[in-house]
Amino acid sequence: MSYATQKMAEEKVFKDPVHRYIHIRDQVIWDLIGTKEFQRLRRIKQLGTTYLVFHGAEHSRFHHSLGVYEIVRRIVDDIFKGRPEWDESERLVVLCAALLHDLGHGPFSHAFENVFDLDHEKFTQEILTGPTEINAILSKVSTQFPQDVSDVVAKTYANKQAVSLISSQIDADRMDYLLRDAYFTGVSYGHFDMERILRVMRPREEQVVIKYSGMHAVEDYITSRYQMYWQVYFHPVSRSAEVILTKALHRAKELSQTDYQFSFEPHHFKNFFNHSFNLEDYLALDEGIVMTYFQAWMKEEDEILADLCDRFVNRKLFQYIEFDPAKDYRKLSELELLFKKAGINPEYYLVFDSSSDLPYDFYRPGEEGERVPIHLLMPNDELRELSRSSEIVEAISGKRRSDHKLYFPEDLIAADGKKKALKKQILQVLKG
Amino acid sequence: MLEEHAKLVEFIHLAGEVSGRKKLQKMVYIAKKMKMPFHEKYEFHIYGPYSEELTLRVEELCGMGFLAEQLEDKGSYVKYTYACTDEGQQFLTSMNRSHAKLSVCVDHLNKKSSRFLELVSTLLYFDHLSREQQIEKIHVVKGKLNFSEEEITQAFVFISELEYCLH
Repeated sequence: MSYATQKMAEEKVFKDPVHRYIHIRDQVIWDLIGTKEFQRLRRIKQLGTTYLVFHGAEHSRFHHSLGVYEIVRRIVDDIFKGRPEWDESERLVVLCAALLHDLGHGPFSHAFENVFDLDHEKFTQEILTGPTEINAILSKVSTQFPQDVSDVVAKTYANKQAVSLISSQIDADRMDYLLRDAYFTGVSYGHFDMERILRVMRPREEQVVIKYSGMHAVEDYITSRYQMYWQVYFHPVSRSAEVILTKALHRAKELSQTDYQFSFEPHHFKNFFNHSFNLEDYLALDEGIVMTYFQAWMKEEDEILADLCDRFVNRKLFQYIEFDPAKDYRKLSELELLFKKAGINPEYYLVFDSSSDLPYDFYRPGEEGERVPIHLLMPNDELRELSRSSEIVEAISGKRRSDHKLYFPEDLIAADGKKKALKKQILQVLKG
Repeated sequence: MLEEHAKLVEFIHLAGEVSGRKKLQKMVYIAKKMKMPFHEKYEFHIYGPYSEELTLRVEELCGMGFLAEQLEDKGSYVKYTYACTDEGQQFLTSMNRSHAKLSVCVDHLNKKSSRFLELVSTLLYFDHLSREQQIEKIHVVKGKLNFSEEEITQAFVFISELEYCLH
């Protein structure tokens, strides 16, 4: 028996609060879970700074990765198996891609990528194809196999059906994170009938389609997604925490480029500050490391770095106001000037932040929509784009919702001390 | 603070007019690969490298009145054309931006067709691979577009010329 088809003597299971159990029979999958690169995901939270708003949201990318694997395993082993439109030989590559799709995420992914101009998807490719334990296991399947897994994750694999299981408008990745994030944040929205959706999924040509009878379950999924984005993912307070985290990392980076002497040297970040990092440096980081530095930097001589780290660690977050950049962009220059006069560095203490989401979109031939639509498999075997049958989906199709906020440390501006009149003026401009 | 917005307004201002969302996406991606200071994240989608962040920023800039979006019904599809408005130019002046190399880059890119830029951007997306592997990838991910050997050669020449002009 080849390594690709090797099964374990007994099935292993992980107890999981969303799927009840994660089932492992393939030796390859079991071996991948045991690698240090995959175990590292235990130390990266799935929702970054959201735990500062929803205290239950401490779950990790490890949980989510197993969840995506389990959903894809059920699709290929229970739903697609034996169907002529599904190529059975793609089973292992999609299972591995599902399990490993988030490998490249770093600590507090979004903030870290922003500051150091990184792309977690590139790190995922590097971990899959570079000198890692993951690569050593994948290479035991075949020399081409690590690249195939990497191509599925990067959406450049020849079999689009395989890609769409992991990455489309209704895929295993989204289904798991919506249910999991709803569970751990404790919110009541975000739930939908995944069992029903899985039962009505069918492989067709280059995509995965949904039987018409499952349309209402898909409507529920899309509205859940919409709610989760606006109630959880774009929550203004967790954005405030992310703004502070980003600015603290920026400050540390800026200081490292001067002759500032850190009392707690940023050894783990040095190669990122001068952009000479390698994969080993990246994999050595996790959120525990970042928090250790932040705790130590709360006592740094540099007041800005110390303050920002204190704010993040002790949850003293920035306040915010709604900000319409179209109307108010001139106000920004005025505020920047006032902040400088008041001795508050606007680079770190006045931050514009936008969030935006497009809950569902369909492909318009010849133009750049870039989203493959969800297709319903009609009783007469034809395919019909979802929003043509669902009034609910039609109502939100192509409609982007955006939100702009301006963040600032109200406590610092309102504090007693010097330049009181100037600070009062700042608050007046901010709050209209 | 609105630096990234300003870069995009400047890009379109320098182009005069950009016809097609796909074309704009590919132009910015290629400029980014040529080390122009754009930070929008790209992923691989139907037409090659695509940035949701860029789409969002363009929509915002249209909403802000700094860019004008014109729709033209072409029967089987709608064509979107982007240009910088007077307000956009005022915004640019207030942001005090000027980037000489960007002007050269935009000029080269805007002369090319959307199809050609799709090919160039896809080749650049796989620029970590050998030339043979890049070509093989084009045939896998862009099979339906049937790019000829000549087009692929022209795309490589274009990339070299662009690199030469900008560095």
